[in-house]
Amino acid sequence: MKFTIQVNEGPYTHQASDSAYKFCEAALAKGHEIFRVFFYHDGVNNATRLTTPPQDDRNIVNRWSDLAAKHNLDLVVCVAAAQRRGIADEDEAKRNGKDANNIAPGFRISGLGQLIEGGIQSDRLVVFGD
Amino acid sequence: MSDEMMEGGAVKKFCYVNRKAPYGTIYALESLEVVLIGAAFEQDVSLVFIDDGVYQLTKGQDTADIGMKNFSPTYRALEMYDVEKLYVDKEALEARGLSEEDLLVDVQVMSREEIAGLMEEQDVVLTF
Repeated sequence: MKFTIQVNEGPYTHQASDSAYKFCEAALAKGHEIFRVFFYHDGVNNATRLTTPPQDDRNIVNRWSDLAAKHNLDLVVCVAAAQRRGIADEDEAKRNGKDANNIAPGFRISGLGQLIEGGIQSDRLVVFGD
Repeated sequence: MSDEMMEGGAVKKFCYVNRKAPYGTIYALESLEVVLIGAAFEQDVSLVFIDDGVYQLTKGQDTADIGMKNFSPTYRALEMYDVEKLYVDKEALEARGLSEEDLLVDVQVMSREEIAGLMEEQDVVLTF
């Protein structure tokens, strides 16, 4: 089955990102396809490489990056939600006159159309959030 | 739905379920942003308002004192985007002392059973 995953909550505060990650891992292990993971609302905070959790805790951001690298996942961060919350890649930082970017490897910033397309192209769209 | 059907331009049924009050959290505003962008994809769109989500449609919203934008006029513009199917949970309205007259757009008020049936028919359900 082909899935699109929507992550609506930030890391650590809320379990949604952990649950979404575990779901992706399990689905891939069973041979399913993850068409896209779309990060929305505070979920965009899963995409900052500046995240520095204590060493004995899981690194939620790196975990997504690693999974993306291993399975060639499409991790998409909503541009409008990202701008509000200070998540930027090189282009976004330049466009908005910022002095730095913070996007983690494997993530890309794009529009909400990517979420709708995920719903159209996938057999199931699964939402993780509050 | 098969890939063949998609290539043939088949339309999916998209349902946006709005459960939260318009202010206090950003879910309602960002849900509306998805609906507006999604309208360009010409899918079969329904909006459902349950729980505190019914407050999103109330008339006379005044956000001056909380320093946030009153985005409720946007619901009246949905018609121009061909988003015309708005469903509201009757019990949620009644529990909050509201009726259809308190809402700023035309909606269809439904029982929970009817809303459950509506959700059952959908291809994609996005919850906010």
